[in-house]
Amino acid sequence: MATKNKKLSLKDKYQYLTRDMAWEPSYQKKEDIFPYERFEGIKITDWDKWEDPFRLTMDAYWKYQAEKEKKLYAIFDAFAQNNGHQNISDARYVNALKLFLTGVSPLEYGAFQGYAKVGRHFSGAGARVACQMQSIDELRHVQTQIHAMSHYNKHFNGLHDFAHMHDRVWFLSVPKSFFDDARSAGPFEFLTAISFSFEYVLTNLLFVPFMSGAAYNGDMATVTFGFSAQSDEARHMTLGLEVIKFMLEQHEDNVPIVQRWIDKWFWRGYRLLSLVSMMMDYMLPNKVMSWKDAWEVYYEQNGGALFRDLERYGIRPPKYQDDANKGKHHISHQLWSTFYQYSQATNFHTWIPSEAEMNWLSEQYPDTFDKYYRPRFEHWQKQQEKGERFYNNTLPQLCQVCQVPTLFTEPDDPTQLSHRSLVHDGERYHFCSDGCCDIFKHEPEKYIQAWLPVHQIYQGNCEGADLETVVAKYYHINIGQDNLEYLGSPDHRRWQAIKGNKPLGADDSKDAA
Amino acid sequence: MSVKALYPYSAEPKDLQANFNGMQLVYVYWRKHLMFCSPFAFLAAPDMPLGDFFEQVLRPAIAAHPDSAGLDFSRVEWQLDDQPFTPDLAASLKDSGIGHKSMLTLTTPGLDGIGGSAT
Repeated sequence: MATKNKKLSLKDKYQYLTRDMAWEPSYQKKEDIFPYERFEGIKITDWDKWEDPFRLTMDAYWKYQAEKEKKLYAIFDAFAQNNGHQNISDARYVNALKLFLTGVSPLEYGAFQGYAKVGRHFSGAGARVACQMQSIDELRHVQTQIHAMSHYNKHFNGLHDFAHMHDRVWFLSVPKSFFDDARSAGPFEFLTAISFSFEYVLTNLLFVPFMSGAAYNGDMATVTFGFSAQSDEARHMTLGLEVIKFMLEQHEDNVPIVQRWIDKWFWRGYRLLSLVSMMMDYMLPNKVMSWKDAWEVYYEQNGGALFRDLERYGIRPPKYQDDANKGKHHISHQLWSTFYQYSQATNFHTWIPSEAEMNWLSEQYPDTFDKYYRPRFEHWQKQQEKGERFYNNTLPQLCQVCQVPTLFTEPDDPTQLSHRSLVHDGERYHFCSDGCCDIFKHEPEKYIQAWLPVHQIYQGNCEGADLETVVAKYYHINIGQDNLEYLGSPDHRRWQAIKGNKPLGADDSKDAA
Repeated sequence: MSVKALYPYSAEPKDLQANFNGMQLVYVYWRKHLMFCSPFAFLAAPDMPLGDFFEQVLRPAIAAHPDSAGLDFSRVEWQLDDQPFTPDLAASLKDSGIGHKSMLTLTTPGLDGIGGSAT
């Protein structure tokens, strides 16, 4: 068949390869094919109003991604061959990667599954294609992250079993349960949770700190991954905004539903990002910026502009935004204190900040660090110097919703925990804040099923009655190598050997080959 | 409110006392001692006398804090699940009304954490 124009215009190509892939069913009812589209109460009157700002088609998608992959893996190879790990700022930096690989990379996999699922369950072709591409992106991200960090696994501890740990280790239930909560919701809530609240509103607080942190600390492999993911992230953010505007424009009844989801997922995301706050302020040897500054730029300013823009749809800023804004002076210190005292049960090391770092923290947090947190670290330092490094030997109370220990303080009183509690159906539940307590009250049946690591240990479901057995056998954390204090750890000694400061200890076999 | 679902949705709590092999959970929060990052979660026998719980379970958990040496349990202001509480050291946890997942709160005037910093 001879045709004059062999090449389709971009517009036609988009039409043929996305919207025209859909059809009207004739022998099955549409509601039966897309059973999840209506039960959340979201009303869609016209799927054709869905705007896809990228108009990307599958053939172009594969081509772009393949080009990016080629460049990325060339750099990974060069990094490995040149022993790139020897050029990082300090081995303490690698602990940030351990947190990322166990806490974040498996979420990329969860996102891959989540977008594959919701892509199947929308009847609108434009939304389906966007979700399909994001699903493949997320799968690519988890793979490239694993490859970027695999080089570090050859030289440092704690990176060896990240997927297993993600499913079991106490603090990793925080990111895991966040994603499980989103994935077990309906498709529209999932997109509000992940595409909007996470990817659009909060993602800069995750990726900028990690990728800039990598750049500031000489980690070229991770920086390169970041660049390779950047164009995908831009597409994901756009999808996040599009889905919100689409729902709000389709029907006014959608507004209160979407508002509640924004309230919920802002708070869930904020609690999850408390892990990033301590990474920024405590785990990066070369600091990028403080958590407080990052929060001000990426949430208070950018988020503020976003919510002013959404006002015309009847949307207000997230309900507990003020509590989050107040928390910016505190959460990183509170999180690092928590991980310091429970380092016997983590796959990464913790340490007391150096004098220079404490001074930096005093400067960054003039109203809070010296008053509330420096005394804590100085006391622990003295204990450590006496050979009595502090570990908390009793398990912590966990929040029923976010699963972080109930460690956060009242928004207006940093000397008191913002603990909340209620009785539902004769059972008592505990929460870290009003934000989490509210989420529970709205869907108690969901959260009474929470798999809380502390309670699971006490029920005898984690292969041991004592913490050491649980850590070694159930978590697969190698005791004395992956966990505990950084100073004097095998990682620390290996780093000193790399830098020529001290001979390699006889028991350090990892670098010998 | 309840979960929106395509079918009647019901669920059983994961942490019923029956799942703890005859034991129960007790949380303890020592105010202004945030060196312990959050309230402690203890596994205890419901028939354990409160005095034993204080001395054998709680005391070792807080031993690392410098304020613990000066802590006299008889001079603590107690709360049980946010209500004022007067402990009877001879009574069991159960008979004291300390239920599964109850929380005891200690307020210790004069002991305000390291350097008075609530740490």
